[in-house]
Amino acid sequence: MKLVVDIRRKRHPGKAKDTIGRLAFSAESGEFVAIVGPSGAGKTTLLKIIAGLDKDYEGGLDGAGDDARLGFVFQEPRLLPWLNVADNLRLVTPALSPALSDAEIDAGLAKVGLADTAAQFPLRLSGGMQRRVALLRAFLVRPELLLLDEPFISLDAPTAESLYQVLAELRSDVLPTTLLVTHDLREALALADRVLFVSHSPAQLILDYPIRLPKPRRRDDDAVSEMHRALIAQYPELLGGLGTARPNKEAA
Amino acid sequence: MNPAAVSTLPAAAVRASALLVLLVVWQIVAWKVNDPLLPSPAAVFVSLVHHLTHGELLHHLGKTLMRVAAAFVIAMLVGVSVGVWMGRSKLVNNLFDGMLVLMLNLPALVAAILCFIWIGLNETAAVLAVALNKIPTVITNIREGARALDTQLLQVGEVYRVPRGTVLRRIVLPQLYPYIMASARSGLALIWKIVLVIELLGRSDGIGFQLGTFFQFFDLTSILAYTAAFAAVVFAIEALLLRPLDRRLNGWRA
Repeated sequence: MKLVVDIRRKRHPGKAKDTIGRLAFSAESGEFVAIVGPSGAGKTTLLKIIAGLDKDYEGGLDGAGDDARLGFVFQEPRLLPWLNVADNLRLVTPALSPALSDAEIDAGLAKVGLADTAAQFPLRLSGGMQRRVALLRAFLVRPELLLLDEPFISLDAPTAESLYQVLAELRSDVLPTTLLVTHDLREALALADRVLFVSHSPAQLILDYPIRLPKPRRRDDDAVSEMHRALIAQYPELLGGLGTARPNKEAA
Repeated sequence: MNPAAVSTLPAAAVRASALLVLLVVWQIVAWKVNDPLLPSPAAVFVSLVHHLTHGELLHHLGKTLMRVAAAFVIAMLVGVSVGVWMGRSKLVNNLFDGMLVLMLNLPALVAAILCFIWIGLNETAAVLAVALNKIPTVITNIREGARALDTQLLQVGEVYRVPRGTVLRRIVLPQLYPYIMASARSGLALIWKIVLVIELLGRSDGIGFQLGTFFQFFDLTSILAYTAAFAAVVFAIEALLLRPLDRRLNGWRA
């Protein structure tokens, strides 16, 4: 499903400044788009708007909100600690009838490398394992639109890398239009088909950068490193200080 | 015995020996005083056995228990529903807050008298009077819990369009369990205390009524025997119902 985002303005009530300025882009069906910007640039707010959690903004959306079957992976795994893994997965799939069988859940868990954890409570799993469950949860609804809000943040490189693989594998089955928000440029380059750079808040689009490297990629692949270096050399003020890019920079 | 050895004693043994010491002290004092107005624990026990086997203790205890159960269920259902509502909606909170403060401070005796006069000297009035005393404290407790609900987890329900009923059962209520359990514990204690006063005032059976009768005869032994029966039931409810429930609901904690 094609996603069209056209936000004219978003201001949180009681704030003097807009969180998001003019921000318009689209993503083709099945495309993987990464949105890279400094911390506090309003990226999470953007995802909330697209998910329909925040309806207080000026602008419009197509292929999002209530129109699309949605998968959402948050910064924290956000599993319900009092439900075991299987019940956490069943919770988000109430529309499925009949409900997910034990065998389907076990198969899903095996696919993300978590065989035999269905009866475990989330707090007994490591952080990386909880994130795998959260990823699987997002895919069990067979999403048309998948929103990822820095889901690999605060993980060590090998764990993050293994989660990239899990994500790629899960995506290959369902192929949702995917939006990844991150402030880690390497991660964006390793995963996405296209990277959108947004400015400091009020967030605006400053660069739309396609990535035509073959997949799968790793964050330390030579080609990824080369692209990372080239981008920083080409747009030093944009990326050298993701934290200092000014909102009025023109898109390339 | 050194302090380390003491601290390794099982909790149950410590609790039991504290009660035992109390009983022994009581027995000794009762011997020394030797007055019918301070019966010894042994005399109370004999009286308890007598009331159990020959008297009507079980009948009255049953009556009281029924009232406690009815008032408890009503208070918890109403209190939890209104508490969640007030905790989640500013409007509802503003609407009911004044009334809540009034109800919290309404003396139990006033509630009882009003109920008996308006509804009549019957079971409904008795149970309602007890429930009215408990409902506001449940509301206050649960409202705190509802205000502290984790928005992050509620968002999971929202994003995945989990139906309202399931959100309530799987996401909201588990977060309220600690508050509900606290309300249940303190509620049971409060209801026990009030139910007896209300029986004394307007019923012709139940432990409260019996205590009133014994009071007229200065029959302290029977009063203490009834109190002991009653305490045994409280302990049983705590040990057989509340504690296992607590363990079950907290099984997920790592």
